[in-house]
Amino acid sequence: MDKGRGRGANGEGTHISTGTKTDFERLAVEAIPRLYVIARRLAGDGAEDLVQECLMRAYRSFSTLADPQAGGGWLRKILVNAYRDRLRKEARSVQEVAVDEVDDFSLYRTIAEEDPFPYSDSVHMDFLHSFAREDVHAVLLRMPDIYRAPLVLRYMQGYATKEIARMLDAPLGTILARLHRGRKLFERELWAYARQAGLLQKGAGR
Amino acid sequence: MTEAARLIPCSEAVRQLWDYLDHALSPEDQARVVGHLAFCRKCCGELEFAKELQAFLASNESDEIPTHVKEHLERFVKELDD
Repeated sequence: MDKGRGRGANGEGTHISTGTKTDFERLAVEAIPRLYVIARRLAGDGAEDLVQECLMRAYRSFSTLADPQAGGGWLRKILVNAYRDRLRKEARSVQEVAVDEVDDFSLYRTIAEEDPFPYSDSVHMDFLHSFAREDVHAVLLRMPDIYRAPLVLRYMQGYATKEIARMLDAPLGTILARLHRGRKLFERELWAYARQAGLLQKGAGR
Repeated sequence: MTEAARLIPCSEAVRQLWDYLDHALSPEDQARVVGHLAFCRKCCGELEFAKELQAFLASNESDEIPTHVKEHLERFVKELDD
């Protein structure tokens, strides 16, 4: 891990701006808040540890970062890679849910039928608004990792499905299927959580 | 059989709504969903809700990093061996 020295030996006077420890620190410190937020959505309580793993990996391969402007995106990819490797190691990844088990659930229909806020004329929006940020976080963490990760990366982080497939090293078809089931699972868990946490009680709207 | 004009039931339309919003459907499937939405008010409601759910997920993305975690991670970076 002797970046500085390796550089110096290669060519005197050729200043490469992405080379030094100081440059890495600057990039990392700026990126830490966002990395942590993504890590928390992906890994829950293991977030800080995951960010550390990401930073160690990134530091080791910092010399391969060609464009310092792309440093943030580069770090985020390393984070998702580290998360994927961790899942593999823990072998928690095989928790497939049967399609028909979730496929028929419609949150839209369920809310309309159960009518949890009888005095509301926008019952669906009121339902969603009854969730605080931490409630949403809790709902996501109730889902198996293989469904949560594509959902978080697609709809919270805005990555394209192809990019997600690459980062998680899975075939695109697999990611699409998991996204599909993940959305349904998320809907089902939102409803279950709302009932269990008492969000649907009259006047419980926040 | 004219594929694009084939009618699909609500269950199929609903199953494809998010992919429809993502523009991830084939042109034929896209046309079938559009065709279905043209006459089905119930599925229009589902579509609106799917949009709301997407926005809901996006709006819950951000989070505050606790100060002590931030400081701890910054120290971690500084101590990476050099």
